[in-house]
Amino acid sequence: MTAIQATGLRKSYGEKTVLDGIDLHIPEGTVFALLGANGAGKTTTVQILSTLLPADAGALRVAGHDVAHDPDGVRAAIGVTGQFAAVDNLLTAEENLLLMADLHRLPRREGRRRATGLLHRFELAEAAGKPAGAFSGGMRRKLDLAMTLMGDPRVLFLDEPTTGLDPRSRRTVWDIVRGLVADDGVTVLLTTQYLEEADRLADRIAVLDHGRIVAEGTAGELKGRMPGGHIRLRFGDPGQLACAAALFDGIGSPDTEALTLRIPGDGTVPTLRAVLDALEGASVEAQTLTLHTPDLDDVFLALTGRSGPQAAGVR
Amino acid sequence: MSTLSHAVGDSLTMLRRNLKHARRYPSMTLSVVVAPVLMLLLVTYAFGGALGTGIAGTPHAKGDGEYVDYLAPGIILMAATSGAVSVAVSVCVDMTEGIVNRFRTMAVSRAAFLTGHVAGGVIQTMASIALVTCVAVLMGFRPGATPTEWLAAAGLLTLLTLALAWPAAAVGLVTRTPESASNLPLPVQFLPFLGSAVVPPESMPAGLRWFAEYQPFTPVIETLRGLLTGTPIGTSGPLAVAWCLALTLAGYLWARTAFARGTRR
Repeated sequence: MTAIQATGLRKSYGEKTVLDGIDLHIPEGTVFALLGANGAGKTTTVQILSTLLPADAGALRVAGHDVAHDPDGVRAAIGVTGQFAAVDNLLTAEENLLLMADLHRLPRREGRRRATGLLHRFELAEAAGKPAGAFSGGMRRKLDLAMTLMGDPRVLFLDEPTTGLDPRSRRTVWDIVRGLVADDGVTVLLTTQYLEEADRLADRIAVLDHGRIVAEGTAGELKGRMPGGHIRLRFGDPGQLACAAALFDGIGSPDTEALTLRIPGDGTVPTLRAVLDALEGASVEAQTLTLHTPDLDDVFLALTGRSGPQAAGVR
Repeated sequence: MSTLSHAVGDSLTMLRRNLKHARRYPSMTLSVVVAPVLMLLLVTYAFGGALGTGIAGTPHAKGDGEYVDYLAPGIILMAATSGAVSVAVSVCVDMTEGIVNRFRTMAVSRAAFLTGHVAGGVIQTMASIALVTCVAVLMGFRPGATPTEWLAAAGLLTLLTLALAWPAAAVGLVTRTPESASNLPLPVQFLPFLGSAVVPPESMPAGLRWFAEYQPFTPVIETLRGLLTGTPIGTSGPLAVAWCLALTLAGYLWARTAFARGTRR
C-alpha cells in the first residue's frame, strides 16, 4: 500500500516558485529521503504534506486520506518533527509527553506508560522532571521526536531530524527511526542535507533541486549512475609513469606532477588483476594503488552542478 | 456531537497547560497585579489629597467620601487591561517557539489553542483582580455592595476580561516577537486614565472630555463604581455590557482569522 502519494505538487510564493511539480510515491513501511540544499523546497514539501500549508496544485494522499479534503484524517495518522524543536519550554519533559497524551485523548494509564517508555528509549529518563527550556539542543530534539511518537503515528515526517545533533544523539535518532520502520512498519519521509544520513537510513532517495526532483532511486542506483569509479596508481619516478601511460594509452589519464595514473574502472577483482598483470608484463612497478568508488557527494555534484549540499548551504 | 466534546476536551487540555505555566512562572501573574497596586498606592497617597479635594462635594463622592472609594473601581479595571497583555505575550511565545505548528499537525480541535489561552488568561486575570481588590480594601476601600451587586460586578469584570483577552490573543498571533506583543496593547492600558478611572471626565478639557465620556471603559468603570460604591449607574450598565460583547465578538473573529491564515514561520 502507498503511504504517501503526491502528483504534480506545486507551490509558489508570489513570483517565486518553491515546488515545481513534485511526484512522490512512498510505499508503506519504507524510509524515503528528500535530499537537497537549503532552499531546495524540502521543508515546504513536508509542510504541505503534513497539512501545515496548502498546496497550489497537485493530488496529495497521506495514509489513505486526501490532504486537501480530509486534513484531520491525515493529522490523526501522522507525526511531524520539524526543523525547530516544538517543545513547551515551561513544562518538564514528562509533562510535555503527557500533554501529547491528553491531546491524543489517550487513557491516563496508557499515556503514562508510553511516556515512561519513550523517556527511557530516548535516554531522557533522568531529565524527565526538568523543564525543557533548560535542555541542551540535542535533548530538545530527542524530546521533540518523543512527543511526535506519543501518538503512535503511521507516517512520520522528519524535517532535518539530526541537524545540530552530536554524533551520539544522531546515532540514537537513526537507531530509533530504523526500529520504527522494522518493528512497527512506520513509513518515514525524511529530509536531510547529510548524504550520509540518506545513505544509511533511506530505502529510496530523491534529490531535490530548485523545487524539482532531479534524480530518484536507491542509494546504490544513484551511485551506479555515476561514471566516477576509478583506479589510481602512483609511481616512483616520471619514467615509470610514462611507461605505464603508454601501456594504458587512450584509457588512463596521467598526472605528471603527482606521478599518478587514473584508470576508469569499477574496482572488481578481475579488473584489478588485469591492470596488475599488464603492469607486471611490462615490468612497470607501481608504488601504491587506490580505489575510488563514487559516493553520494559525486552524485549530488553531478546532478546539481554544485558540491555536496553541506558545502552549498549556509545551514 | 463528538466534534463538540473533542473541542471542549482539547480546550480544557490547553487551559490546564496555560494554568500550569501561570502557576509555575508566577512573574507574569505578578506583573499583572503589581502595576495596578503600585498605581493604587501612588494615586491614593501621592495625588489622593489633591484629587480627593477636587471630587469632594460632587455626586461622585460616596461612601465616607474617601478618594480611594472613587479610585479603587478604576484601578481594579486596570488589572483587567494588564491581564490582556499577558494573553498577547503567551500566545506570541507559543507562535515563535513553533509548538503551535505541532498542534496544527495534530488532530486537535482548531479552536482549542486560542480558547485555552483566553480561558487561562481570564482565570489568571480574575485572580489578579481579586488580589488588587484585597489591597484596595486594606488601604481603606469600603465597598457597600450587596452579595448580588458583588456577583454582578464579578460578572461584568469577567465579561470585560474576556472582551480584552480575545483581541489580545489576536495581537499575539499577528506580532512577530513577544516584545512587540507586550508593547502593542500598551495604549489600551492607558485608556482608563482618559476615562473616569482616576478623575471624573467633567474635570477634563472639552475634547478629552468628549472622548472620555464615549470611550468603552467609562461605562464599564461607572457601572463597576455604581455596583461597588452605590454611585448612580444610569445607562452605563447596558452600554458597558454592549461594549464588552462587541469587543469580544470582534476580537474573536480577528483572532480566528489570524490563526486560520496559517503558518508563518
